[in-house]
Amino acid sequence: MDINRYVKWLKPPVFLLSLGPLAALAYKAYHDTRFPDAVPLLSGNPQAFIRNSTGFWTLVFICITIGVTPVRRLLRQNWLVRFRRMMGLFAFFYGTLHFVTYFLFDTGLDWGAVVKDVTMRPFITAGFLAWVLMVPLAITSTAGWVRRLGGKRWQKLHSLVYVTAIAAGLHYWWLVKADVTVPRRFAVIVALFLGYRVVAYFLKKRDDAALARARAERNVSARASAKKPAVSPLPCGSLSDTGADNWNQT
Amino acid sequence: MLIKKASDLKWSEVTPKSVYMNRRKFLAGAGVAAGAAFAAGPASSWLDPQTAHAAGAKLAVASKSPFSTSEKETPYQIVTTYNNFYEFGTDKGDPVRNAKNFVTTPWSVTIDGEVAKPQKFSVQDLMALAPLEERIYRHRCVEAWSIVVPWIGYSLSVLINKVQPTPKAKFVQFFTDLDHHQMPGVSEPVLNWPYREGLRLDEAMHPLTTLCFGMYGEVLPNQNGAPLRTVIPWKYGFKCTKSLVRVKFVTSQPDTSWNSEGPTEYGFYSNVNPNVDHPRWSQKAERRLGGSIFSTARIPTLMFNGYGDQVASLYKGMDLRKNF
Repeated sequence: MDINRYVKWLKPPVFLLSLGPLAALAYKAYHDTRFPDAVPLLSGNPQAFIRNSTGFWTLVFICITIGVTPVRRLLRQNWLVRFRRMMGLFAFFYGTLHFVTYFLFDTGLDWGAVVKDVTMRPFITAGFLAWVLMVPLAITSTAGWVRRLGGKRWQKLHSLVYVTAIAAGLHYWWLVKADVTVPRRFAVIVALFLGYRVVAYFLKKRDDAALARARAERNVSARASAKKPAVSPLPCGSLSDTGADNWNQT
Repeated sequence: MLIKKASDLKWSEVTPKSVYMNRRKFLAGAGVAAGAAFAAGPASSWLDPQTAHAAGAKLAVASKSPFSTSEKETPYQIVTTYNNFYEFGTDKGDPVRNAKNFVTTPWSVTIDGEVAKPQKFSVQDLMALAPLEERIYRHRCVEAWSIVVPWIGYSLSVLINKVQPTPKAKFVQFFTDLDHHQMPGVSEPVLNWPYREGLRLDEAMHPLTTLCFGMYGEVLPNQNGAPLRTVIPWKYGFKCTKSLVRVKFVTSQPDTSWNSEGPTEYGFYSNVNPNVDHPRWSQKAERRLGGSIFSTARIPTLMFNGYGDQVASLYKGMDLRKNF
């Protein structure tokens, strides 16, 4: 069975599921407005609840996004990469909602307060950096931009997602008052996925170096015995596995 | 015996089922039953609005305190479901969920340290020391939100005078109960357990400082610090001690749980002060809970939470930025 044919049927349900957190917030807001005397589902501090919830889901979608490639390689399910753009855009979506909530409720639409927070509070510096870096990633998420930049440049730009992930993890860790249980979980997940990429990168370097040495030895011996033709370079597909492959199937 | 005719009885006079089912707890004596009754629809689920209303044992309030503010009281269902009581979990909704079965009777408070007669009081003994007043105080959390709560109690100075601290006593230290079986949050060293707080002796003696047994006309719900707690309205809320078990009179400034956790963020005094920011956020404004969901309104924070007239003299000459 070629799952690639069925991927397009999976996209709408995955999209709707990703809207779930927003739908839950909307329902809770409706409930609290409709039943003002009931125990509020958005809690007694709805503005903080919405801000915290959107922030949490931003981190969830960032982790899913950076987890696509480790998982697809380990499980050899390459079709998963076709969901990566959607997951990344949802991370940006919730991140923007989170920032807008903070801007609206915590600063009262005061850019001066935002500047003060970003420059004076390290945890907000980290959070703001995480969001700002997602803007170019969101803009260049389309196939058109991959073409315009070329696969290698696009991939280099999008490795910024790791800076976003680390900055977002620090933002959460640094903002909690005392209980780092949940931030720690996110930190472990980000560290594992980033660690996978780092290990894979060095393994590839080592394999490429070994390949280059093998080629060089063969060419030297080929020239030594002039009748034998130089061996052509080995095919390069199996070991180079850039993040931009299969992009044109999204 | 006045026998009413059936037509004299109204449905509004019918005892709520939750109260009726808990009647034996109420009969066991004042200060014993859990405060809040939470009612949900028959298919009790996320989709049915859950209500919360004061249905615990009523507390006889002898008078209304002149210290009370005329500001609007925060709705009961907010004050009893949005709590910082880390012993029961660090999520705001954890205490109401996890403290449901917390046993608050029998309960006693140990008074020791620099006192003439170290002793133990039961909650009933303590409640009888003075007439109970209703004190409607502003309550300002360090997290920059605030509520208005009609507390029930009397000035802590009544208890302090009764136990006669020695001349060596300069500070008072308070301890919250610590119960590994009933408190899921204490398995992690999130804070320095048992929760401890402290006041200077003159702060503890101030008339505003309250030994509190109830709120909204009834005994304290578990998540709000049953069966008794302190309330110090001009300081950030964490300076209060919920589920009080011990009061120790000491000669030097005692350590407090939040100060141990964050010495640059939570000072011993922690007076409400809009001019001294928390290192990670401003204290200039606060959100008064109970407003509309999408309101961006925040109110300016008042020096000493608006109780400056009564307490500013305690800090004359002190640098409140250093002694934050």
